[in-house]
Amino acid sequence: MKILVCISKTPDTTSKIAFKDNSTKFEENGVQWIINPYDEWYALVRAIELKEKDASIVIHLITVGGADIEPIIRKALALGGDEAIRVNTTGDDSFYIAAQIAEVAKQGGYNLIFTGKETIDYNSSSVGGIVAGLLDVPFVSLATKFDLAGSTATITREIDGGEETAEVQLPVVVSCAKGVAEQRIPNMRGIMGARTKPLKVVEPAAIEPLTHINSYGLPPAKAGVKLVAADNVAELVRLLHEEAKAI
Amino acid sequence: MSVLILIDHAEGQIKKASFEVLSYGAAVAQQLGTNAEGLLLGTVQDDLPALGKYGITKLNQVSNEALNAVDALVYAKAIAEAVTLTGATVLVLSHNQTGKAVAAITAAKLTAGLVAGAVDLPDTTNGFVVKKAVFSGKAFANVAITSAIKIISLNPNSYKTMAGEGIAGVSQLNITVAAAAIKVTSVNRVKGEVPLTEAEIVVSGGRGLKGPENWGMVEDLAHVLHAATACSRPVADSGWRPHHEHVGQTGVQVAPNLYIAIGISGAIQHLAGVNRSKHIVVINKDPEAPFFKAADYGIVGDAFDVVPKLTEEIKKLKNS
Ligand SMILES: Cc1cc2nc3c(=O)[nH]c(=O)nc-3n(C[C@H](O)[C@H](O)[C@H](O)COP(=O)(O)OP(=O)(O)OC[C@H]3O[C@@H](n4cnc5c(N)ncnc54)[C@H](O)[C@@H]3O)c2cc1C
Ligand SMILES: Nc1ncnc2c1ncn2[C@@H]1O[C@H](COP(=O)(O)O)[C@@H](O)[C@H]1O
Repeated sequence: MKILVCISKTPDTTSKIAFKDNSTKFEENGVQWIINPYDEWYALVRAIELKEKDASIVIHLITVGGADIEPIIRKALALGGDEAIRVNTTGDDSFYIAAQIAEVAKQGGYNLIFTGKETIDYNSSSVGGIVAGLLDVPFVSLATKFDLAGSTATITREIDGGEETAEVQLPVVVSCAKGVAEQRIPNMRGIMGARTKPLKVVEPAAIEPLTHINSYGLPPAKAGVKLVAADNVAELVRLLHEEAKAI
Repeated sequence: MSVLILIDHAEGQIKKASFEVLSYGAAVAQQLGTNAEGLLLGTVQDDLPALGKYGITKLNQVSNEALNAVDALVYAKAIAEAVTLTGATVLVLSHNQTGKAVAAITAAKLTAGLVAGAVDLPDTTNGFVVKKAVFSGKAFANVAITSAIKIISLNPNSYKTMAGEGIAGVSQLNITVAAAAIKVTSVNRVKGEVPLTEAEIVVSGGRGLKGPENWGMVEDLAHVLHAATACSRPVADSGWRPHHEHVGQTGVQVAPNLYIAIGISGAIQHLAGVNRSKHIVVINKDPEAPFFKAADYGIVGDAFDVVPKLTEEIKKLKNS
């Protein structure tokens, strides 16, 4: 049984979001990079939990990124996982990234591929689905519970206005949301152990990106809050009705 | 050359998000000087020709009931085949939970560039550039799609539904639907409530409400406003409210017309899930609460005093 966990890096959730070079590039100066929370807290931890129950499970981590991403991948390995693969390229097109992952996955013979629900910088929720489409295996999005018995996975996922539970035979690609696992803190043993785990670097496959980010922008600043006195709630209702036309 | 728009539905009803994407897709078609067509996989009770009022000339249906449940791979393959059969060059769908399941697979099947979470009409003056929300709504990106077939999934509540006159001709598409590999064993939809991602108004509570027993007043306010309820992460983590109500960076991202935050401090990770709301009202007893900086209207006061009064005043307005 082999599990592949997709790991991406994102700016720390409190980072200041700014752009440079005429708003064509993200300003990385002063930004703390972290493992994308969905990948770390849910996808990776669930894979580790499965391995804790069944020691024969092998976990590989994969990331598509430049050498600067290696500290992030080591941090992920400190939580768990047997080895990591880095596809040595960068890009912001979901298809390009997913196709690189699919290339590696085809050779690895994985029974289960986990991604996070979305990256908190690009918010696309796309990479997992594209990987599934390219491999032509079932895809379960936005999982909030994941259980495995033999080769049958039982998965609860978010649907509009509720949730649904389904059974699927492996192999399957699953995007993990909150609920699948609980966040963990790496321990000293994990951190020491991560240093010697294999981190393979593979060169990218020749794939054409299908999208390209031309530029970025920031939403217009708020005009400032209009405060209403606590004993004058009627005035707030009037403003919401007449000025904002929101009620 | 046409624009094909996926009409999403559940339990025999077309979802509200579908009317937004129909209106959006029709506007895209107009911009490109082509026509807009709908795509309905499965069966619904709604009046299908009447969907013409959103600007589509034709509705393509695959009335195979197996498609009423969404096995993402099977569903996406059917969409991809429909795109090929209709000769569409742009596919539009909602970035709702269904869209998040199927848009990407469809992109893989068609080798189509995908912009997920679009917030505005494409700019077609020089190429095909779509604006999308990034950094959890803290910024946006203008993304050029360079492939021949283009897919746009539209963020819910980002485009105004526009209905006019018009009748769509309904025609059946002949598509072989693969057997589902995913066997759904239970579906649990919250009954009688407004789904959070579709709501025009959201009333949200934080740790300032002290405990789950105090949510009655939040629900009362939501009820008079026909709003959905939401909460901050610690509230869901403490089990005061169900997890699907948790908004923010790690929860649901919403963009309603009005977001009312009660007893929520306004941490950056919370704001990441709500800052695309059109109007934000903050009720907090601490004048220094960071949420006031992101708000349009605010009351510095005790929620236990302000919220019941607010409900009463809104009732008065609705009855007047
Ligand atoms: C990586 C990461 C991701 C996160 N993701 C999310 C997320 O998705 N969503 C999220 O919400 N949080 C998230 N958080 C947590 C976030 O940082 C805050 O801790 C959280 O939002 C605080 O919730 P709160 O405002 O309800 O509680 P508090 O910060 O405790 O604020 C309570 C507020 O209530 C006010 N109050 C108290 N009593 C009253 C009263 N009687 N009347 C009126 N006001 C009153 C107080 O003045 C205070 O402002 C995340 C944190 C991290 C590190
Ligand atoms: N560069 C990358 N390398 C590896 N995995 C990635 C990368 N980008 C995204 N992913 C995975 O795909 C998920 C969804 O990303 P996105 O489609 O960008 O929202 C993430 O949570 C990751 O698990």
